[in-house]
Amino acid sequence: MRILNASGCLDALAAPEVARQLDAFVTKTVTPLPREGNAPPRIAETAHGMLNAIGLANPGRERFLAEHLPRLRELGVPLWVSVGGFCAADYAETCSGLANIEAVELNLSCPNVDEAADSAAEIVAACRRATELPLYAKLSAAHPDVAEVARAVAAAGADGLSLINTLRAVALDKHLRPALARGSGGLSGLALKPIALHAVSVCHEATGLPIVGMGGIESGRDALEFAACGARDVALGTVLFSDPGAPARVRAELAAACAEAGVATPDDVRSLAKSPETERKVPA
Amino acid sequence: MPSSVSPSRHRVTGSEWVGPYTLLRLERGELEPGAPGQFFMLEAPGRLLPRPFSLCLAPPGELAFLVDPIGPGTEALCALGPGDEIHVLGPLGHGYRLDVERPLLVGGGIGIAPLPYLAEQLGGSPPALLGFRSDEHAEAAALLPGSEVVVDPVLVTELIEPGYDVMACGPEPMLHAVAALCPTAQLAWEARMACGYGACYGCVVEIDGALKRLCLEGPVLDAARVTKVRASNKLLQGAEA
Repeated sequence: MRILNASGCLDALAAPEVARQLDAFVTKTVTPLPREGNAPPRIAETAHGMLNAIGLANPGRERFLAEHLPRLRELGVPLWVSVGGFCAADYAETCSGLANIEAVELNLSCPNVDEAADSAAEIVAACRRATELPLYAKLSAAHPDVAEVARAVAAAGADGLSLINTLRAVALDKHLRPALARGSGGLSGLALKPIALHAVSVCHEATGLPIVGMGGIESGRDALEFAACGARDVALGTVLFSDPGAPARVRAELAAACAEAGVATPDDVRSLAKSPETERKVPA
Repeated sequence: MPSSVSPSRHRVTGSEWVGPYTLLRLERGELEPGAPGQFFMLEAPGRLLPRPFSLCLAPPGELAFLVDPIGPGTEALCALGPGDEIHVLGPLGHGYRLDVERPLLVGGGIGIAPLPYLAEQLGGSPPALLGFRSDEHAEAAALLPGSEVVVDPVLVTELIEPGYDVMACGPEPMLHAVAALCPTAQLAWEARMACGYGACYGCVVEIDGALKRLCLEGPVLDAARVTKVRASNKLLQGAEA
C-alpha cells in the first residue's frame, strides 16, 4: 500500500521534507489558465473536520510545465499531476503535455468551482485519447450513485479511481454568516471517513480498478480500513496540516495495524473486500 | 520548515493571567526560539487544527505564548495547566529584521504578543507604544516594562513620531494606519492558518498585488508589500467556526 498526499493538501516545493516521506506526490490541480483562487477567508474549522474553498489556485498549465514540474522532478519523488478544467478539451490538452510522471489524476469533483459541463466519462475518454499515462479519476461521493460513475469512467478508459474528494458544505460564524468568503466549501477530515469507506467499497466491487482511498485518514488503522474496503493505496489530506510527519507515522502504524489484524500486508485484507451491500446478502 | 518535520510534544510549565490574556509557558525541549515575529503552531486540545502564535518570551528552557481566549481552540489552550502536554511545530515563517537603527515597537491588543521577545533580541530597551481597548487589556503592558500605553479612544498612531524604524503588530486597521504613516515599517500580519507551512493555501493575503500565503511570505512584511488585506480576512482567533 502506497501512501500519497491528497491533491491540494501539500506544496512539495515549500515542504520537500514532507513530500519525501510519500510514495508519490500528487500536485495541486493544474488548470489551463492561471487561477488566483478565492478571496479569503478560505478555511474554517468544523466539528470533526474543516472546510476549504481555495478555488483551484494554481500557476496555469504553461507555467506549471515550464517552471514547477522541472523543480518537482528534482525532489526524486514519483509524481502524479492533478488535472482540472472546465470542459473535456481542457483536461485532454493538459494531459497531452504531460510526460515522465507516474500518473495523472483527473479532478472531476472540485466542490469549489463551477463544474465542468461535460460528464466524467466524456472527460476520461478525451484524456484517454490524449495520453498513455495511467489515468486516475477522482470522483465525488456527492453523486447519488458513485459506483455508476465509477463504471462509466472505467468503461471510458480510466486505469484507477481516487476516492473521495471533499463534500460541499457550509459553516456559519458567530454572526450566523458563512464562515468562508465563497459561502460554501469542501468538507474534509475525520467526518468524511465513513462516507469515503463506503464509496471505496462500492466502487471496488463495481469496477475492480485500483483505488487510492482518502477522506479522514489519520492513522495506520484508518489506512487498513480503506484496504479492507478495497483501496490499494491511500492518500493523506487534512492530517498533514496538523502533522507534517504523518506519512512516516501512518506507514509505521500501518505495519503495526497489519500485525494486530493478523495479516502480512494490507493487500491481504483488500482481497477479501466486498461491498457492504453484498456482504449483507451473504447467508450466515 | 523547522529542522524536525514532526510536531514535538511539550509539557506546560505554567499558565498565568496577564489582564484578560493567558501567558502559556511550555518546556522548550529541542525547539529553537527563532527570530522575533516567527510563529509556532500549537495544538489546540480537542480541536482538529493547530493555531498559530508568535513567540512572546523565551525564558531559559521555556517558550511562552500570549493567548487571547476568544474561541474554542484558544479557550482550550488557556485551560491547560502545568503537566499537560501539547504538540508544537516551529519556528515558522519570517520574523522581524533586527538590523534597524532607531527601533520603535508598536503593538495593539493581543498584537503585543511578539514584542517582548523582539525587545529582548534588539537589546537596549527600545521604546514601545502599546494600545488597548480597555484598562483590563492594558494590564498586558506589564510584559513590556517602560512602554507607553494608550487606551481607546486614543490610538497608538497618534503618538508615533517621525524618524523611527517602526516594528508593529496589531489589528489590521492599526497596521494599515501604521503603514500609511511609516512606509518603511515592518508589520506582523495575522490570518487563518490550518498548517503554517504552505500546505493548506488558506492564509492568503494580498501581498505585492497578488494573493500569497502569509505563512511563507510573512507573517512580518515590509509595509509597502501588503497592498490590501481583504477586509473579510479576520483574525484566526476571532473567526473560529
